Amino acid sequence: MAAIFSKRNVVIGLIVLAALFPYVARNDYYLHVLTLAFIWMIAVYGLNLLAGFTGYLSLAHAGFFAIGAYALGLLTVKAEMGFWPAFLLAPVITTGIGFLVGIIALRTKEHFFAIYTLCVGYIIYLVIDKWEGLTGGVRGLIGIPAPADIGPISLSTPIAQYYFVLTILLLVILVIYRIIHSLTGKTFIAIRNSEDLALSLGISTIKNKLLSFVLSTFFAGVAGALYASFIRFIGPDIGNLNITFDLLVYMIVGGIGTLSGPIVGTLLIVWLSQNLQFLQDYRMLIFGPLLTLIVIFSPRGIVGFIAGWFTNWKLRRKVNINQAQEQAEEV
Amino acid sequence: MLSLRDVSVQYGNYTAIQNINIEVRSGEIVVLLGANGAGKSTTFRTISGLNKPATGDIFFEGSSICSLTPDKIVKAGIVQCAEDRKLFPEMSVQENLMMGAYVHRRKKKEIKHTLEEVFELFPILHEKRNQAAGSLSGGQQQMLAIGRALMSKPELMLLDEPSIGLAPLIVEQMFESIQQINQDGTTILLAEQNAHAALSIANKGYVYENGNIVVEGSSKELFANEEVRKAYIGA
Ligand SMILES: Nc1ncnc2c1ncn2[C@@H]1O[C@H](COP(=O)(O)OP(=O)(O)OP(=O)(O)O)[C@@H](O)[C@H]1O
Ligand SMILES: [Mg+2]
Repeated sequence: MAAIFSKRNVVIGLIVLAALFPYVARNDYYLHVLTLAFIWMIAVYGLNLLAGFTGYLSLAHAGFFAIGAYALGLLTVKAEMGFWPAFLLAPVITTGIGFLVGIIALRTKEHFFAIYTLCVGYIIYLVIDKWEGLTGGVRGLIGIPAPADIGPISLSTPIAQYYFVLTILLLVILVIYRIIHSLTGKTFIAIRNSEDLALSLGISTIKNKLLSFVLSTFFAGVAGALYASFIRFIGPDIGNLNITFDLLVYMIVGGIGTLSGPIVGTLLIVWLSQNLQFLQDYRMLIFGPLLTLIVIFSPRGIVGFIAGWFTNWKLRRKVNINQAQEQAEEV
Repeated sequence: MLSLRDVSVQYGNYTAIQNINIEVRSGEIVVLLGANGAGKSTTFRTISGLNKPATGDIFFEGSSICSLTPDKIVKAGIVQCAEDRKLFPEMSVQENLMMGAYVHRRKKKEIKHTLEEVFELFPILHEKRNQAAGSLSGGQQQMLAIGRALMSKPELMLLDEPSIGLAPLIVEQMFESIQQINQDGTTILLAEQNAHAALSIANKGYVYENGNIVVEGSSKELFANEEVRKAYIGA
């Protein structure tokens, strides 16, 4: 029984499920919602790398998401660059700005870091909102092209875009998986555990924190660029603090510092939001308490809760087997 | 090998240690004695670069290390095993040890060799190598913390109260291990409350009081010193 639920099979099962979804659902609206959820997941993975694994809660994440989106939008619409070069350049630009912000932001720690990045996020939002000459201000940026065809493969249909975003998401998860299980990932976890300890083992915390920060902005940039090409219209709102908080909620509900948390949290909250749409903004009356309960009873979110339960179950089973053996021996 | 010259350290306005002079020669075991809050850990943190001295200078093998960052100091050959014996609880014992070899991360073969040496010194760590570090007993955690420090192949190891909170029998083993590490070629600077045991394996010692060194001398001299006996050895 347990063998069916081995990690590998679950992963393969989920990928198959995601791949079949368009044919099962046969509904463009669901497809749209899920594609968007995948894009959020990519951003949440970036946030999770920094906040979850390295222990630095950045509140500028939506800002970097917006930079990625606007970079793609401006490069394609105003600079009339081709889609693919722009799509590659957008995350690079985001990462470059992330690097500069990181150098300064990482001089602070804990809540000061959170406050500092909160300000950075707001400044990014203001720049986008007020610099009308460049960004179009509140009117936003329209006419962003969808992903250009790759040879014979057209990426203009909703199904094609779904698969395109899914592919990028899977790549992102693979990269994150590799990072977390590498020495670099362990270094991030060491920094989260205790910076003094990491330092006294010879780890350059400055370099590694900056690396984590830059990586996290990279994923935000990728997500932003995907968003811009998927929605094809962007306004300053995507850099708003609300978006940062949405991403935070996805991460915390799913499980901060877990590998599958961003998927679980994003899917659950997006699904709930869809079903609670009739409540409009009163949805927060449900999300607020939900978030509070999770933070109190399972700081590692739903994934942490299930993992803990599973470990206990395995332990108990071991004990049971041992007891059974002892009894058998007695007989 | 290591010398502290007139080192003072402040936390804000509060002077934690004042004009400290310490000499450690290669191959020695040197012990720092002193009541709680006397300034031993502050001295260690300053040597490892976590705190910066307000005045004075620290030399390691002839050159000043005051301006180096902590990771450079580990690379230079000084490693600290702090008093809180913090581990990475969710990582396995072996993963914890591997983190200790961070400065040598490109030398895979050498790391493997050092790992074997550590396992030889603390066989229990080998037995439990795949367990989560958080599941170890206090004594085993201390061994892991020391083992992890050894993984950086230090020339000088700073051990901050390694025997604190351990049962008497384990304390004895701990001091034997420390002596073994020293005989294998690592110089040791040790902070201890357990003055008798520490002085028995040490070459010399310094006694702290309120951030100052009030007595210093060879182990023999300290054993013979009436005040030191009364205050720290209790016999
Ligand atoms: N981070 C800090 N901020 C302010 N004061 C500190 C800090 N760390 C230590 N101190 C103070 O510096 C003095 C020396 O502390 P230190 O930890 O070096 O003592 P210690 O000799 O290691 O004591 P113990 O045997 O209890 O470990 C103490 O008075 C302590 O209150
Ligand atoms: Mg101390």
